[in-house]
Amino acid sequence: MMSSFLFRAMDARAGIFMAILGAAIVLVPAGNLLVPETSPFHVPTYAVTLMGKYLTYALLALAVDLVWGYCGILSLGHAAFFALGGYAMGMYLMRQIGTRGVYGDPILPDFMVFLNWQELPWYWYGFDMFWFAALMVVLVPGLLAFIFGWFAFRSRVTGVYLSIITQALTYALLLAFFRNDMGFGGNNGLTDFKDLLGFDIQADTTRAGLFAASGLALVVCFLICRALTRSKLGKVLVAVRDAESRTRFLGYRVEHYKLFVWTLSAMMAGIAGALYVPQVGIINPGEFAPANSIEVVIWVAIGGRGTLVGAVIGAVLVNFAKTWFTAALPEIWLFALGGLFVFVTLFLPKGIVGTFSQGWTALRQRKISAAYEAGSDEPPTAPPHSPGAPANVTIPKPSAPVSGAAEPQPAE
Amino acid sequence: MSLVRTFILLFGLIAGFSVNIAIAQTDPESLRPLVNELAKGKYAETEKQIGALVATGDPAVAPALEALGAGVLFYRKSDGSVFITEKAGKTYKLTDPLTLEAKGEAGKREVKKIKVNNKLRRVIRAALGSLTLMAPDPEVRKTAAEAVFKARDPDSIEALDIALASETDESVQLIMEQARAAAVLNSDMDEAQKINAIETLSEMGNRDALSLLINVQSSSEGVVRDAATIAVEKIEKSIAAWDSAQNIWYGLSLGSVLLLAAIGLAITFGVMGVINMAHGEMVMIGAYTTFVVQELIRTSAPGLFEYSLFIALPLAFLASGLVGIAIERGVIRWLYGRPLETLLATWGISLILQQAVRSIFGPTNREVGNPDWMSGAFELGQMTITYNRMWIIVFAMLVFAGLMLVLKKTSFGLNTRAVTQNRRMAASMGIRTPWVDALTFGLGSGIAGIAGVALSQIDNVSPNLGQGYIIDSFMVVVFGGVGNLWGTLVGAMTLGVVNKFLEPYAGAVLGKIFVLVFIILFIQKRPRGLFALKGRAVEA
Amino acid sequence: MARSTSLLYLDGVSVSFDGFKALNELSLTIAPGEMRAIIGPNGAGKTTMMDVITGKTQPDSGEIYFNGAVDLTGEDEASIAELGIGRKFQKPTVFESHTIWDNLELALKAPRGPFSTLFHVITGAEKKRIEVLLDLIRLGGKRNELAANLSHGQKQWLEIGMLLAQDPKLLLVDEPAAGMTDAETAETAELLKDIAKDHSVVVVEHDMVFVRSLGVKVTVLHEGSVLAEGSLDHVSADERVVEVYLGR
Repeated sequence: MMSSFLFRAMDARAGIFMAILGAAIVLVPAGNLLVPETSPFHVPTYAVTLMGKYLTYALLALAVDLVWGYCGILSLGHAAFFALGGYAMGMYLMRQIGTRGVYGDPILPDFMVFLNWQELPWYWYGFDMFWFAALMVVLVPGLLAFIFGWFAFRSRVTGVYLSIITQALTYALLLAFFRNDMGFGGNNGLTDFKDLLGFDIQADTTRAGLFAASGLALVVCFLICRALTRSKLGKVLVAVRDAESRTRFLGYRVEHYKLFVWTLSAMMAGIAGALYVPQVGIINPGEFAPANSIEVVIWVAIGGRGTLVGAVIGAVLVNFAKTWFTAALPEIWLFALGGLFVFVTLFLPKGIVGTFSQGWTALRQRKISAAYEAGSDEPPTAPPHSPGAPANVTIPKPSAPVSGAAEPQPAE
Repeated sequence: MSLVRTFILLFGLIAGFSVNIAIAQTDPESLRPLVNELAKGKYAETEKQIGALVATGDPAVAPALEALGAGVLFYRKSDGSVFITEKAGKTYKLTDPLTLEAKGEAGKREVKKIKVNNKLRRVIRAALGSLTLMAPDPEVRKTAAEAVFKARDPDSIEALDIALASETDESVQLIMEQARAAAVLNSDMDEAQKINAIETLSEMGNRDALSLLINVQSSSEGVVRDAATIAVEKIEKSIAAWDSAQNIWYGLSLGSVLLLAAIGLAITFGVMGVINMAHGEMVMIGAYTTFVVQELIRTSAPGLFEYSLFIALPLAFLASGLVGIAIERGVIRWLYGRPLETLLATWGISLILQQAVRSIFGPTNREVGNPDWMSGAFELGQMTITYNRMWIIVFAMLVFAGLMLVLKKTSFGLNTRAVTQNRRMAASMGIRTPWVDALTFGLGSGIAGIAGVALSQIDNVSPNLGQGYIIDSFMVVVFGGVGNLWGTLVGAMTLGVVNKFLEPYAGAVLGKIFVLVFIILFIQKRPRGLFALKGRAVEA
Repeated sequence: MARSTSLLYLDGVSVSFDGFKALNELSLTIAPGEMRAIIGPNGAGKTTMMDVITGKTQPDSGEIYFNGAVDLTGEDEASIAELGIGRKFQKPTVFESHTIWDNLELALKAPRGPFSTLFHVITGAEKKRIEVLLDLIRLGGKRNELAANLSHGQKQWLEIGMLLAQDPKLLLVDEPAAGMTDAETAETAELLKDIAKDHSVVVVEHDMVFVRSLGVKVTVLHEGSVLAEGSLDHVSADERVVEVYLGR
C-alpha cells in the first residue's frame, strides 16, 4: 500500500526535478567545502546560505501550492505558520546560547534578563532539547492550523472570506509577537544564535549542512505532495476546488479533506521556517507581516499553481530577482514585483509550468486521439494529465471583451 | 503658599501689562500718588494705604504690592518716589512699580526699604488675591480663582468673599465658589461651613473635586467625613458614567475613521464583488492630494489655508476616482468572476502605487496642517472633545448619507444596483454595464480618496498610510455583511466602540488582537456577516 | 402510505427565506422502487425541496425520513449522500479539470474518508464498473478527455453516470432534459426508465413531453405545497393545475 503510494509520486517530470535538486544538494556544499577558494567553481559561503534560504522559501511555496493550487484555499496567512516554525527553532537556538549571552545567564535569554524576568516562562520549557523543538516546529503550526481550519471549514467559510480571515490571523499574530510580555523577544525577536546541535552556526560546514538539509526537506515534502496529489485524495481535492458542493453531494466530507491538507501544509510551512531561521540568523515578528504571505502566493502564481514544481521554480526565480534588484535597483523592485503580480494574473494565469505543460498535454492528446480514430483497437491509455492545472476552457483570454463568462460575482 | 503667590503674581503681571496699555490711553499716572503714599507712615498707615490701592480695583498696582510683600519695594529718599528694586552688587536696579520700566540704578544710601511685618504680609496676600480676583478681564478672574482652587489657601477666603460679592459673570462666580469651598475645607472653619463646601464640590463632580474630597475623607472625622464619603461615591458614579460616555465617543470616533476607510471598499467589494487590495492606496492618494493642495496654497495663496480641506475634497475624489477607473479599465475588468486573481493583481497595483508615491514624495511622513477649525478641543461635562475627531464623525456621516442618496435616488445608483443583481438582464435593458462597472469602481475609489483627506488630519501622511487601513477595512465590511452599506456602518461603529472599551483593560495592542480574534470567530458563526442576505440565490 | 414502508417520507415541511415561504407544509411520500415526476411552475419550490432532502437547506419545521426510519433533518449533504440519496443538479455540475474516467472514479461507491482515498488503489472490479457506466452514458471514447470539453448534453449524461456510480437507493434528478435536443431528450427518458428498474427516482422537469414519455405518477407543486397528484392525464384535467399553469 505504502509503496504504491510513493511509487505514484514518480514520473518523468518529477524525475527531472528531483535529479536537479539532488545534484544541487551534493554539488553546492561540495563546491563550497571541497573546491579551493581560488577555483572558479568555488561556491562562496554567502551564496550557499542565500540558496539555502531560497530552498526554504521554495518549501513554503510548495505548502501554499498544495492548499491553493489543489484545494482552492487561498491562504494569505501562510507566513504565520512559517514564522511559528521559525520561532520554535529560534527558541531552541536561544536556549543553546547558555552563558555566552551578553548577560551570561545560564537559563534566561538576554532579552528576558533585560526585561527583569526572574524565571523562564513555562512555554520555553523543553526547548533546550532539539527533539522537542523539532517536534514543536511541526506541532505548533499544525495545531494552530488544525484549530483554525476546524472552525473555518466546518462553518464553510470559503473563497475570499477565508483569505481575509487568514490574513487577520497572521496580522493578529504579528501584533501579538510585537509585545514584549509575550516572551518572544518583542520587536527584536530572537537572534545572536551561537550553535545548532553543537555545530557553530557561522561555520562553513554548518552552512553547507543547512543547505543540504533544506534541499532534502524540499525533496521529501515534494515527494509527499506529489504522491498525495496523484492519489485519489488528490483528485478529491481538485474536485473540491472546482465544484465544492458537487463533491459534498457525492458524499465526501469536504471539511475533512480541507482540514487534512491545510494542517499538512501548515506543518510543511513550519519546517520551512525552522530551516530558514538558522540560515538567516534571526526571527522577528516582521515575518508575520501579511505582505509576506501575499508574496508567497505570487511565487506560486508565477511558477504555476497546482503544479508543485512550479511553486518551487517561482519561489526561486522571484527571490533571485529580488536579491538582484534590491542590490542593483532598489527603487525599481516594488514596481517590478507589483508589475509581476498584474502581469501574471492577466497574461499568465497558469504560470510558467502550467503554460508549458498545457501545450505539452494538448500535443499529446491530439496524437492519441488521432491514433484512436485511425482505427487502433486499443483505447488510449491515460495520457499524462495534470489534474492540478485548471481545465483549458476556464481560462478567459485576457484580450477577450467582458463576456458572460466573466461576470462580477453577485453581491453575496 | 509660595505657589499661590507665584500664580497670583504671574497673572497679576499679565493683567498689569494689559491694563497698562489701557491706562496709557486714559490716565497713566493716576495711580502713582497712591503708590508713592506707601513710603509714608507706620504699619497701620501702610495697611490703610494698601486698602486704598486695592480699592482702585486696578491690577496695575499688583506688582507694587507683590514687591512690598517680598521686601523689595524701596523709596527714593530724594523725592519719595517708590521703586521695585533688585540688588546688583553695591547698587540697586530700580524698576518703576507701575510701568515696570527700568529706571536706572541707585546707591545703597539713596533708597530705603518700606518695612512690613507679618500682619501686613497677610494683608498684602489677601489684597493681591482679591486684586486679580477683581480684575476687569473675566478670564483673569477665572484663572485666579482656579489658582486658588489648586492652592486651597484658607487665607484667600476673605478675598474670594469680596470678589464674589461683586462678581457678575456666572461662570466665574461658580469657579470662585468652588475655589472658596476648596479653601474652606482646608481651613479650620466650622462643620456647617465645611459641609456646605462639600456640597459645592460634589456638585462640581470632576476629578479635581474627587481627589480633594478623598483627601477630606481621610483627614477629617464625624459629620464632615460622612458628608465627604457620600459626595465621593456620588462623584465616582458620575465620573464612571462620563468615562463610559468618553469611551463611546472615542469608539464612535474610531468607528468613523473605520467607516471612512471601509465605505469605499463596501462598494467595490460589497456591491461589485471585487477585492481591491489597492483600496488603502486610494486613501493614500487622497491624503497626498491634500498635502499637494496645502503646499500650493502655502506658496501661492496663504490666505486660503483655512479652506484647504474644502479645496482638497473634490480634487482627492477626482484623483482617486480616476486612478480607480484606470485600474478597473486596465486590470480588473479582465478578472471579473475570479475574485482571488483580482486580489493578487490589485495587491500588485498597491505595491506600484506605494512605490510611486515613495519615489515622488519621498519615504518620510509629509506634514499636512490642520486648519484652525480642526484644532483644539472643548469640554462637554467631564468629556474632552477634540474638534478634528468631531468633524471627522460628522464628515463620515455626511459621506455615508451622500453615498446612500447616490445609490438609492440617482439613475446611476439604480443602474449600479441593477447590474449588481442581474448583469445580463441589465445589459439587455440597455444599461451599458462596462460603464457602470467603471463608474462604480471610480465612485468607491473616489470615496476612499475623500476619506484620505479626512485621515490626513489625524494620521501620518506616508506611503504606508493605506496599509494601515486595509485589513481593518476588510474586517469592517466582512463583519457588517457584504453588499449592505448599513451593515458597514453598524460594523464600523461596533468595532470602533468595542475596541475602545477593550483598550483600558487589555491595552491597545491586545485589544486589537481580541477584536481580530472575535471577528475570526464571528465569521465562523455567520460566514456572511452581520446583515447577510439569506435565501437560495445567494448560495449559488 | 405509512412512514415505515416508504423510501422517502416528507411531512409538513416548511422553509422560508426572509419571510418568503419557499416550502409550505409540503408532504410527499415515495415508495421503494417508485419513479415519480414532479412538475410545477417557476418558484413552486421544486429545487428547494431537493435542497431540503439532500441537506443543503435545513427545514424550519416538518419531518423528513429516509428508508422509513432514518431522520434526515440535521444531517449534512455528505452523510445524506452516504445514506444513498444521489442528486443531479439543474445546471450540470461535473469536475471540469478531471477526465471523464476520474469523474466516474470519484463518484464510485467506496469509502469516503481522506485516509482511505489517500491510500486507495483502484481495483479490477471498480475498473469494470466504470467501463459499464462509460458504455451506458456513451462516453467510452472520451474517457480521457477533460470533462470541461464535453457538450452540455454530454455533461448531463456524465452527471447521471456519476449518480449511478454512487449506487444510490434514491436518485433526485433535476431537469435532466434541459438544454437537450429532442433526440437526446428521448434517449434520456429511456435511460431514466432503465435506471428506474432497480432504483427509486424522483425527476423534476418542466418538459411535458418528457414527463409524458416517462409515463409515471406525477406530483404538481405550487407555492411550496402539493397541488395535485396522479397520472399526467389526471392532473392535466385538474382545474387548479390548469389555472396555475395557464393563469386565470
